[in-house]
Amino acid sequence: MSATAVAAPAVHSLWTTAAAAPIHAPKIEYAQLSPILVVLGAAVAGILVEAFVPRRARYGTQLAVTLIGLAGAFAAVVGLAATGYATTKADLAAMGSIAVDGPSLFLQGTLILVTAVGVLAIAERGLEPQSREVPHVDAFAPQAAAVPGSEDEKAAARAGWSTTEVFPLTLFALSGMLVFPAAGDLLTLFIGLEILSLPLYLMCALARRRRLLSQESAVKYFLLGAFASAFFLFGTALLYGYAGTLDLGGIAKVVTGDAAPNAALNASAHGDALLLIGGAMIVMGLLFKVGAVPFHAWTPDVYQGAPTPITGFMAAATKVAAFGALLRLLYVALPEMRWDWRPVMWGVAILTMALGAIVAVTQTDVKRMLAYSSIAHAGFLLTGVIAGNKQGVSAVLFYLAAYSFVTLGAFAVVTLVRDAGGEATHLSRWDGLGRRSPLVAVTFALFLLAFAGIPLTSGFSGKFAVFSAAAKGGAVPLVVVGVLCSAVAAFFYVRVIVRMFFAEPRADGPSVAVPSALTGTAIAVGAAATLVLGVFPQWAFDLADKASVFIR
Amino acid sequence: MNPVNYVYLAALLFTIGAAGVLIRRNAIVVFMCVELMLNACNLAFVTFARMHGGLDGQIVAFFTMVVAAAEVVVGLAIIVSVFRTRHSASVDDANLMKL
Repeated sequence: MSATAVAAPAVHSLWTTAAAAPIHAPKIEYAQLSPILVVLGAAVAGILVEAFVPRRARYGTQLAVTLIGLAGAFAAVVGLAATGYATTKADLAAMGSIAVDGPSLFLQGTLILVTAVGVLAIAERGLEPQSREVPHVDAFAPQAAAVPGSEDEKAAARAGWSTTEVFPLTLFALSGMLVFPAAGDLLTLFIGLEILSLPLYLMCALARRRRLLSQESAVKYFLLGAFASAFFLFGTALLYGYAGTLDLGGIAKVVTGDAAPNAALNASAHGDALLLIGGAMIVMGLLFKVGAVPFHAWTPDVYQGAPTPITGFMAAATKVAAFGALLRLLYVALPEMRWDWRPVMWGVAILTMALGAIVAVTQTDVKRMLAYSSIAHAGFLLTGVIAGNKQGVSAVLFYLAAYSFVTLGAFAVVTLVRDAGGEATHLSRWDGLGRRSPLVAVTFALFLLAFAGIPLTSGFSGKFAVFSAAAKGGAVPLVVVGVLCSAVAAFFYVRVIVRMFFAEPRADGPSVAVPSALTGTAIAVGAAATLVLGVFPQWAFDLADKASVFIR
Repeated sequence: MNPVNYVYLAALLFTIGAAGVLIRRNAIVVFMCVELMLNACNLAFVTFARMHGGLDGQIVAFFTMVVAAAEVVVGLAIIVSVFRTRHSASVDDANLMKL
């Protein structure tokens, strides 16, 4: 007993010091957080719609709530940017948890627009075969909990049910994505990562057709995603141990030596090891999300198995959010460590570009091919990250905006090409598509040319920007590798175009469904963004350039 | 006792969890190993909070618990629906998509 009595003061000192200081209520700048709050509010409203609105009216109500929420959030972003929060008034909000600055607002605006276009494709109900009893059928399982092929599922399909939960899930994922590139400390970064990931795992499992593939993709994405976020969290713990703070700016100060790390810890646990291992593990978690080699293994399976409108949304929006977070972590928290992380990122970028471009050549499924193409694009984006200058940041911002609309459009076109088994994703089925439906084939060819980086498309402007920034930042060999990989990638994009326009159409080939105004608008917006950012990119470059300074 | 030992223990638990994810074949066990990794993170956070004399790390531990609970909800829903479809929770059986 006496031993505990002696030890007591040391144990309790933590509590007594904390209790002695007066507790101040946190100062929350609601106006600066409004984009995130509006999206979260719309998502919660969507849950209430799901609970209280009769099934018949749910689809229309959900779509209206989602689009109104997105419009409100975009207006909030534009309002904040117009009042100068992107430049002169950039600041840390919510006690340093959320950074409201140029990159945050640029990426949040991009994400909201991308989600709006993605929601249009998700809301499409005119492509699946319909009957008189069930006039509207969408791409999602009638009842996700029912076993595929069971009586329950058939009954739900006959009753015309649908998983309208996908709208609030999209909004929740978006709210995480809005937090992710704006996070000012590591805890917010982790919470943003989880909020964006968890709804996406579920949405992958919701396909109406090929449900086994869909569920398999969800399991793979979930287990690997949870594995990666555990690494991310342990890295966070180690960085916290090193710096004694979770603030990105605070960590940067400890790295530069402006603030002292914990002396006792440094003596006993090798502070530099904590910094290096912790930083590496956090970057590992983020590289998993962007799908960079060697953390790319989930990408093809998940892109192939998930319902195609979800794949489009996920491929576009996750990449924007995760690259935003990666930029902020490397440029705000670890800029002084760049001599340590740049060589590693060089290797990752070269591997990512090469593997993405080379393996895509061998693919026979159009969704898998686009997945490997997205891996290659992650590599091109990493060259911009490695540049390490302001131009690199603005180039990556521009590339993300350009690439995400191309991706959305391409996956929306994939939903149109169908046969009796649903979407005809095998590339051999696309033979001669250009003769049967020239408009769809020409649009898809435009997106493929943009992926390949042909001039007059947004892909060229983006690649030009990241490669010139990387060359300016002293990474000329990387640019050479990037251009070579672009050439390899152009081969398989052009091969698809040749198949569509110069191969004989098959007698049993797929038909091209006529989309409703929803998917039509999504594809049109994607194509328009591709052309506008390709022919007149200057205003977007200027916007990205103005938005390219991080607040610390 | 020197609190650094708890950091070593956390690293050990994390390694055991990571090895389990890579070695075990049952999706539920893999998932439990991920939870073990998250708990190892919690132990590290609390230990570092004690060493720094701050409360940040303990706050993070609470957030981690909430995140882990949310992950269980989503993860078990997915794993159970796959189990009901395939009558198997082995991650090796889920191999419809291959290169």
